[in-house]
This record gives sequence, C-alpha cells and structure tokens, in this order.
Amino acid sequence: MTEAVGRWGPGSHAERARWRFDSRWVLIGVPVALVVWLAIVPLTFLFWQSFLTPHTAARPAEFTLENFRIAYFGGETFGLFVNSVIFASGTAVFALFVGTALAWMNERTNTPFKKLFFALSIIPLVIPGILFTVAWMLLASPKIGLLNVALQGLFGTDYVFFNIYTMAGMIWVDGLHYSPIAFLLMTAAFRSMDPSLEESAQMSGASILQIAYRITFKLAWPAVLGSLLILFVRAIESFEVPALLGLPVGIHVYTSAIFNAIHQYPSQIGLASSYAITLLVLCCFGIYLQSRLSYQSSRFSTVTGKGFRPRTIDLGRWRWLAASLFVLYFVVIVLLPFLVLVWTSLQKFYSAPSWDALSRLSFDNYFAVLDFPGFWTTVQNSLFLSLTCATTIMLVAAVISWVVVRTKIPGRWVLDTLASMPLVFPGIVLGLSIMICYLYIDIGIYNTIWIMLVAYVTRFLPYGMRYVSTSMMQIHKELEESAAMSGASWSMNFRRIVLPLLKPGLLAGFIYVVIVSIRELSSSILLYSPGNEVVSIMIWELWQNGQYVELSALGVMLILLLFVLVMIAQIIGRRFGIAER
Amino acid sequence: MLSVNSLFTEYASEHGTVVKAAQNVSFEVPEGKLFTLLGPSGCGKTTTLRSIAGLERPTAGEIEVAGRAVYSSSRGIFVAPNKRNFGMVFQSYAIWPHMNVFQNVAFPLEVRKLGRREIERKVMRVLTAVQLDHLVERDATKLSGGQQQRLALARALVMEPQLLLLDEPLSNLDAKLRDAMRTELKRLQREFNLTTVYVTHDQTEALSLSHEIAVMHDGFIVQIGTPRAIYEQPTNQFVADFVGQTNFVGGTVTAVDGAGSCQVRTALGELKALATDGVARDAAVVVSVRPEDLELSEQEIRPDAGDNVIRATVYAKDFLGEYLDFHVKVGDVVLQARAHPSLRTPTGDPIFVRMRAEKCVAIRTDTAPRGGFDANEMKR
Ligand SMILES: Nc1ncnc2c1ncn2[C@@H]1O[C@H](COP(=O)(O)OP(=O)(O)OP(=O)(O)O)[C@@H](O)[C@H]1O
Ligand SMILES: [Mg+2]
Repeated sequence: MTEAVGRWGPGSHAERARWRFDSRWVLIGVPVALVVWLAIVPLTFLFWQSFLTPHTAARPAEFTLENFRIAYFGGETFGLFVNSVIFASGTAVFALFVGTALAWMNERTNTPFKKLFFALSIIPLVIPGILFTVAWMLLASPKIGLLNVALQGLFGTDYVFFNIYTMAGMIWVDGLHYSPIAFLLMTAAFRSMDPSLEESAQMSGASILQIAYRITFKLAWPAVLGSLLILFVRAIESFEVPALLGLPVGIHVYTSAIFNAIHQYPSQIGLASSYAITLLVLCCFGIYLQSRLSYQSSRFSTVTGKGFRPRTIDLGRWRWLAASLFVLYFVVIVLLPFLVLVWTSLQKFYSAPSWDALSRLSFDNYFAVLDFPGFWTTVQNSLFLSLTCATTIMLVAAVISWVVVRTKIPGRWVLDTLASMPLVFPGIVLGLSIMICYLYIDIGIYNTIWIMLVAYVTRFLPYGMRYVSTSMMQIHKELEESAAMSGASWSMNFRRIVLPLLKPGLLAGFIYVVIVSIRELSSSILLYSPGNEVVSIMIWELWQNGQYVELSALGVMLILLLFVLVMIAQIIGRRFGIAER
Repeated sequence: MLSVNSLFTEYASEHGTVVKAAQNVSFEVPEGKLFTLLGPSGCGKTTTLRSIAGLERPTAGEIEVAGRAVYSSSRGIFVAPNKRNFGMVFQSYAIWPHMNVFQNVAFPLEVRKLGRREIERKVMRVLTAVQLDHLVERDATKLSGGQQQRLALARALVMEPQLLLLDEPLSNLDAKLRDAMRTELKRLQREFNLTTVYVTHDQTEALSLSHEIAVMHDGFIVQIGTPRAIYEQPTNQFVADFVGQTNFVGGTVTAVDGAGSCQVRTALGELKALATDGVARDAAVVVSVRPEDLELSEQEIRPDAGDNVIRATVYAKDFLGEYLDFHVKVGDVVLQARAHPSLRTPTGDPIFVRMRAEKCVAIRTDTAPRGGFDANEMKR
C-alpha cells in the first residue's frame, strides 16, 4: 500500500525520469561501445599497421611508407589491380547474366516446372565455396579433370578442353557460385515491376524481344547495375577461388596477395595491411555507388493497386528450351559438383569413372576421415564456434534491432549503421585486422579459439540484424505498448513480450548464421592455430596435402549436414513468413 | 465489327482449383459504338477485356474483329496481342516511367518501324487531341493523374487501333476530374468514331458513356441493352439492384395480358406492372420500382387506367439538399421515394403514392439471374 502511494508520489516522479534517462543511455551506449569495439577498433589497428615495417626478433617495427610504395608503385601493383578488377567484374557480369536470364524466365515466362526450380534455387547455398572450387578443379583441371578425361576419351585426343587454372576458369567458378545471389536479386527486381508496363508494350505491337529490351531491361536497369555492384564487391573479396585456382599458376588478386604476404617469412603484415586497405576502399566505393543507385531505382517503381497481377509471356515451343536451360544450370551448379565429390570420396585414389574404378568403390575414406587424429576436436570446434556465434549474434541483434526499430532514442541510426558496417569488410581483411588488433592488445585470446569467435560475430552480425529487424517490424507495436500499460518494465517487456514474439525470426536467423559460420574460411585462415582448426580449415589443409579423396568424403558429409540445416531454416521461414536472406 | 461468341476464360489458381472468371460471354459491338461491361468487383470484366486483347488465353469461344478471327477455339486460332492492333488503356495507366511523354506515345509507331517524320507528325496530332501538346518533353512520371490518363489514351490512339479497350480508365481520378475526363473521353470516342469496349463498375459512367451496356455477374453476362433499357427495364433482380437504387416488393402474378403488362398480388395490394421475359400466371416475382418513380402527394390522387395508387404513412425523411428522401410505410413494407424539398408532410402523417404501371417492373425470382442467356443449356 505504501509502495503504491510512493510510486505515484511527486518525489519519485523525478527519480523515475532520471532512471529512464540512465537506462536509455545504457541502452544505446553499451551496444554502440560493443559494435565500435568489434568493427572500428580492429580497422584502426589495420590502418596503423600498414605504416609499420615487419616486426622480427632482430628488428622492432618502425614507421615506414614502404608498404604503400610497394602496394601502389611496386612492380606487381598494376598487375594485381588489373587482375582483381578483371576477376571481380568478370565474375559479376557472368553471375548477373546467368542470374538475370534465369530470373526473367522464372518470373516472366511460362517455362514449365518453374515453381520447382525456384524451390531448388536455394540448394546451391549449401555447397561452401571451397568445396565448389575443389569440385570444379576435379571436373576441369587440365590433367585430372573428369570433363577433360571424358572428352579426351571420346575424341581420342590429348587436347585439353578445359583449364580451370586460368582467369576464365576462375571467373567461371566464382561466377557460378555467386549466380544464385544474382538470381535472387533480380527476381526481387522483376517482382517489383508492374507487368502491365510490359503488357501495354505488347498491345502497342512490340514483339517479345522488343519488350524485353526496350521495356523490361530498361526498367530493370538501375536494379541490374545495383546488383552488378553488389556482385562486384562480393567477387573482389572472395578468397577460395583465387587461392585455390589462381595462386598455383601465379594469378594474384588482392585477397590472395594478402594471404601470400602473411604466409611468407618474415610475415609482411604491413604490406598485407596496405593491400587490405586498398581492397576495403574498393568495396566501400562499390557499396556507396550501390546505395546511390537503389535510391534512384525507387524513382522507377510505379505504385499501383488494383490491376497488378503477375502475367507471363508465352514462349510457345521455346519454353522447353528454357526448361532445359534450367536443368542444365542445376546440373552445372549442384549435380556435377556434388556427384564428382561423391565419386571421388568413394575411390582409393583419385581416378576417372570407369568399370574398373567402379569395382573399387568403398567407404574407406569416410572411415579414414572419422579416424583422423584431431577430427573430432575439429568438429567440436566448428560446432562450438557456430553455435556460440549464432547465439551471441541473435542476442545482440535482438537488442540492437529493438533499439533501432522500436525506440525513439536519438542517435539510434548510428547504431544501425555501425552494426551493418562489417557487411563491407572482406573476410580476409577482417581476419587480418582482428589478428593485428589482438596481437597488440594482449587479452589472451590470440592463438585461441576465441579470436575466431570474435571474427565470426563481427562478420555475421549484419545478417543476424537483418533477420531480427525484419521480424521485429512485423510485430505490432501495440502488443508492446499494452504490456507497458500493464506496468511491465522495459526489461520485463523485452523478455516476456518481445523475445517470445521474435522467436521464429530469431530461430531462422540463428540457423542461417550457423550455416555461414560453418562455411567460413577467409577470416579463419589467418586466425586459426594448431588445435583450433575448424572444418573448413581442415578441408583447406587436406587440399594443400593433395588428399583429394579424404577431402571429398569430408566435403560430402559437410554438404549433407548443411543441406539438412538449410531445409530446417526454410521450413521455419516458410511457416512464419520470414523473407529469405 | 467486334463479335464475341460463347467465350470462356478460366484461371488455374494456386491450389489446383479453377476460377471460372468469364463464362459463356457473347456480345456484338457495331462499328464506332461504345460498349460497356458493367458489374461489381470480381465479376470477370477485366478478364473478358483481356481475353479480347489476347493478354489472356480463353479456354473456348470465338472472337472476331471486322470479319477476322483473332481467337477461335474450334479453328485453333490465336493471334498474339502484338499482332492484333488493338489500343488498350490499363487501369494503372502503365505509363513507362523511363520515357518522356513523347517517347511514350511514339513507342507503338517505332515498333512499327515508321519514319521519324511521320512518327513526329502522328504523335503531335494525338497529343494535341488530348491536349498534352505543351508537355511533350516532360518526364512521364511527373504528370498529374488526369494527364497520365490522357497520355495513356494518346498512346492507345496513336496506332489508329481497330478497337479500343479501356479498363476502368477513370477509377484512379478524383471525383471532379473524373466527370471532366468522362466528357472528354466521350468526345474523343465520338470524334474518332472508335469502336470501344469499356470496363467499369461505376453505373454513372456506364449510363452516360455507352451506346450499349452488358451487366456481368459471377462471370456471366446477365443483361445486354441500351442504358435506358438497362435502367428502366431490368430483366432480373441483380441488374435492378446493381444499377441505380430501387424498391423491391415480392408477389405472385395473377394475370398477364398480351401487351406486356401484368397484375401482381403483393403486400401493397394488386399492382399493375410491366412483365419482363418469363413472367407468367402464378409465377413468383418481385416488382422493382425506382425511388424517383414514386410520386407523393398529400391530396388524394385519382388513379388513371395505368396507375397504381396507394395510401401510406410517412415513416422517415432525410433532407439531402436537392431532394428529400422519403421513407413511406404501407403495412409492413417501407418504400423509398424521392420528392421535391417543398414537400413538408410531417412524419406519421398519411400520404398518397402513385406509381405508373410502366415504371413497375415485374421480374421473376425463381430463375437464376443468368436466366436470360441460358448458360445451363450450353453446358449440357
Ligand atoms: N491471374 C488470375 N489468377 C487466378 N484468378 C484470377 C486471376 N485474375 C483474376 N482472377 C479471378 O477471376 C475473377 C474475375 O476477375 P476480374 O479481374 O476479371 O474481375 P473484375 O470484374 O475486373 O473486378 P474488378 O472490378 O475488381 O477489377 C475474380 O474472382 C478473380 O479473383
Ligand atoms: Mg478489373
């Protein structure tokens, strides 16, 4: 009774106000500090390091501009830049071409089985980049590539049909790998376009090709350019393909150059840092242009209510050709890579399919992999990292999204911007900055598994944020307000109302982060230490030792695991209507 | 000119079921006339229009324009929409946002590979006709609603179409503008002598614009006729109800004469009424009479031969400015009547009501509203 009186008394009113002020400060302050620590501090170290000479036992590090001299005016500079740009733009254009054609067929034509195809378009995501690259190496390397061997047998020559160890080969593999993303981006673009714009062109007498060129693609142009930039950024920061296919034949791009600089003796950390900064600048520039464009393209999006219905163009007999293109695509991007891994994993030593080889099939490699010393530790590490990382991210993301979406605290946009910043960091740049950071700030996590956790959390926080804030926006604000009206404090409100309602979003995001964490390679490659390997590193090491058959066995198991996870995420996502990615 | 014969169009919906959106649709539009498809939302107007355009592929039927079949299920003909030379104005206008006013209108001519001079001449001519000639260089997205509407019309007209198809072209405009554009549209249609199919759910538009109207319900055409016929002699209850306001009184036919009139026993007593198709002795009917056809008077009215006169009491009144809405009660039946504001009979007072026999339309109730076209016969 006294308490009730006291609560509404005039004296405590001021107290309550002050408490509210404090809690707000904490609410915004703690996440900002955390995100700054995760995202900004390592970058600062990266920047600083780029001005230092290598630190060796004989000579301490000292200030120098040498790194930037080598990075910008060294003999290799021009080649490095040109290679990176050719590789990234080639990949982006190729992926976009494939993705756009597929998206157009899927959204705007009457190609048979397109529903099924759309459902399958998610599957390529379960093959990690490193496995996709290795699979294509097994398919198209000049000496052992299955496609070469098969075609050589067919025509009785020793002509090399495909050589994956070339710039074109790298673009092919990376472009295919990113084409599902292009497909999703362009699908969204086509969906946001009013089909009656095309129909009125048709009524005006335009043919299908004229409509496609003069209306559809002209309208989709800003979206196309935007997707191209996103893909360019993704490609220029991709590590697996340049490292596995480019390095052996001396085709260097920024990511592989960073890796190379670290892996020589003495480590050229400063040089790597200046490369990293260049790469980062390129990425930021790309993303900046992209955001400008997406503003532009909103100008084109026509608002219509009634009369907006998806309608498809009748391809006539050509629709069977379109359907076979779908099938071909699926073969090239999922079936061939997966089957070649399965085939290889069942062999004693790597050999092309033949009756002879068929008789030698066995599961020995799978048992061998399971018996590797350290295999179980590695699996444990991967599981620990991905689960811990996903849990941490979803918790942090829930708080941050709540602050950003729900509260009116001034400065919350800073938080949003900061938390989505790591999206721009190439994995290897992030790995490098974190490595340098904790080399200097010795809090005892360098050379432990925790440093990788920090990297993962930083890298995948933006993904978690996207999941949570999307589902947060779907929760009606009044649900929260009514809880507040019934007297709940904000922390109780958050725990009892917001979190439970967010559960499906959190769960789907959680699984997504688990998937991408298990696949992660480009940050881990600079941060792991003996005893702290993860599965993707183990694959990397098997590749370096030339143990292709064991690698394939491990790869097949990993793909199956990821497949199950993706399916679960899909089901949850569909059940609760959460937009994919 | 345009002839549509037993047209059926269906959609396969998501879950494998079939939506029968247009069923057994048949009508003729003579050269230079404006024909309207009128009906409530979802009745299949757009579907019918799009089937004529070729944007939807019907499941059965025949469509002929000036003697040329553009669709025929029996002969396996389907002419692609871009080969039909029909102009169409979409409900959303579908103005291409990446082109300016001139480019939008020039597009149909460009795809026909006309010379630049000729394109320019023709484009300017239609733009002048729709009064957009001062906005040639304007970005199409920077036009007002009414201007966008004119632009869409200009784009459909520039190709000198055989047939003009309009899907609720005025529904995105506000009321004042809608009236102005309606007059404008009528002027253009009459001036260019365009054979037009017009889709709307707005009866005012339909009545004021059309030479002929087809009322649609659940995918079927339920009545075709001139605006006056549709309004004054609805052949079924749905049409009477949908077009304009009306009073319905249920009853049974007691007598029919050869000249098209009949006697109906109702709660109001015996009424003399106009007999529509299928009205026979002992048939269950409703009598439909429009509020403006109820004449009210405080003095007793002496009935002429063709009149029904009833004694009622004033039940409620609404003052609506230009007229008064009277609700008068006879027994348990409340009728709505429209009266001049000068009539000031207080509520509860007796009042006399006169309804001319030709304004009372007897409509059979025991047939489905689609009865006139006997679709069930077709399906068998
Ligand atoms: N693409 C489609 N797929 C499935 N069903 C459809 C499709 N388009 C229309 N329908 C259905 O067909 C029926 C007729 O639709 P239609 O668009 O012709 O109606 P309408 O008379 O034009 O209505 P409105 O006045 O609302 O525009 C509706 O029940 C609608 O739900
Ligand atoms: Mg419609």
